[in-house]
Amino acid sequence: MRKLALGIEALAIAVLFGSFLASGGKLLLAGAAAALLALAGVLGLAGKRREMPGFWLWFVSLLAYAFLYIPLVIVVIFSFNDSKLNAEWVGFTTAWYLKLFSDEDMLRAALNSLSIACGAAAIATVLGTMAGLSMHRFKPKLLPFLVFTPVAMPEILLGVSLLIFFLNSVSPALGALGIDFGLGLTTVVIAHVTFCIGFVAIIVRARLAGMDESIFEAARDLGATPWQTFRLVTLPLIMPGVIAGALMAFTLSIDDFVITFFTSGVGTKTLPLEIYTMIKVAVTPEVNAVSALLMALTLGMIMIAAKLAPDLMQAKT
Amino acid sequence: MFLVVFFLLPALIMVVASLRYPGEFGGLAPLVSTRPGEEAGLTLESYRVFFSDWVYFEIFAKSFGVAVLTTLVCLLMAYPVAALIARSPKRYRDMMVLLVVLPFASNFLVRVYAWMIMLGPFELLFSRFAVICGMVYVHLPFMILPLYTNLEKHDPALLDAAQDLGANAWQRFWRVTFPLSLPGVFSGSALVFIPVLGMFAIPEILGGKDDWIVGNMIKESFLGTRDWPFGSMLSLMLTLAVLAVAAAASWLAGRRMSRA
Repeated sequence: MRKLALGIEALAIAVLFGSFLASGGKLLLAGAAAALLALAGVLGLAGKRREMPGFWLWFVSLLAYAFLYIPLVIVVIFSFNDSKLNAEWVGFTTAWYLKLFSDEDMLRAALNSLSIACGAAAIATVLGTMAGLSMHRFKPKLLPFLVFTPVAMPEILLGVSLLIFFLNSVSPALGALGIDFGLGLTTVVIAHVTFCIGFVAIIVRARLAGMDESIFEAARDLGATPWQTFRLVTLPLIMPGVIAGALMAFTLSIDDFVITFFTSGVGTKTLPLEIYTMIKVAVTPEVNAVSALLMALTLGMIMIAAKLAPDLMQAKT
Repeated sequence: MFLVVFFLLPALIMVVASLRYPGEFGGLAPLVSTRPGEEAGLTLESYRVFFSDWVYFEIFAKSFGVAVLTTLVCLLMAYPVAALIARSPKRYRDMMVLLVVLPFASNFLVRVYAWMIMLGPFELLFSRFAVICGMVYVHLPFMILPLYTNLEKHDPALLDAAQDLGANAWQRFWRVTFPLSLPGVFSGSALVFIPVLGMFAIPEILGGKDDWIVGNMIKESFLGTRDWPFGSMLSLMLTLAVLAVAAAASWLAGRRMSRA
């Protein structure tokens, strides 16, 4: 039964790919629908025997999964297309990738993204861990509001309020002291830290919530100073949460578009901003190539994260 | 402390900014007049403009419409997936959840761009349809995950009991599963609804000028016309709308819980 299912699945994928290459995408939907129908049928029938969910549930869910993946697969496929248009398959090429690596703006943007993400993740991890710890220990009233509101609000609100703040309050104030302050890397890092703290704090607090309080009491009874308790007991225990939080902050920062858009000023470009400009000005498969590379990068990050901190997934959901 | 300086303070400054005059060259006019004849101080001008023209009200209504539609489509697509994952054997569940989250590891703009390519050949680009597609695509996991965490907790014995009492599949869903899953539905809806309201990139990239929503207006007032007081006022209105929605969602969820 299972072998048959696998066979049909492979066949369906082959048909899908073939029809896609042949028709430049227009038959894709029909092919995908047929394949899904077949797959759902097989899984649904198999399910009947093993008390698994039925045909229609599988069918609709597979449609939803297809909805999630087909657009990205198409982006990747067209990044190898030997044509300036993303409409028809012409031939295989890696030219777009090569072009990408000689594009200086792009490389500078990538470097910016990377340094911003490292800086923001480092600061947000320290502050977020502190926030998570104190929320757990002291149960303050105002802190959760401060920590979680930037996470829950539409990003644009944080973006514009920081824009006004930096240009209208911080800049003149520092200007009076003779310091020239404008939008740039620093403001982007500060903005990213502001919204990343919440995510780190949530993860760290979730880690602390499942912990036995008596360990900390035991440490104190054995004569540990608060600092020793923290360094030798608390920190090692929450370390997986801290690492997960740091990785989360890093990916959020490197992915952020909206807040960066408002706080970066004219000179500083990050990868998402560069992609945005490219999409708005001229769409070439070079965008596909960056996208594919970014996908590979984040995929790699997630795999490393899953290896380092296996409870990352639980913390996230 | 960091958050007080970089979150609370900017928010308060924005409230004040919404009460000021726009500067001569964009931005904000000074609080204290430095030259004769210059507009300075506080004013309700932005609010007057906002409430005196139906256009702005319509844009807010349109934003709500887009948000409602996106939320409904997300709900319809997310429910079967969440139900399927929740009913699958335990060892496959994590894998299936991961498969939902995985596309969202790719950059937000990449996902929007993917829809540009998808819809381009069908000449569906720059339409309301494209905007909804993009919105649903970007926010779908925010609906699936809360629904799944809720559905996972359901006791299958309840459904067996309903079946024994003679309920058919449809009745079992509407009378047992769905009412129990409402907290998940509400939290998922809030997680989709709120970000959609403030979105500006998707209508800008996938939609036409007619599809602009509040987010676009805010962005335009800050970076296009550079009328900061007006933009601040719009942001404030958006904040109020978001708070209202969040309050409504938690109130509905709470009421459900107390009745159950």
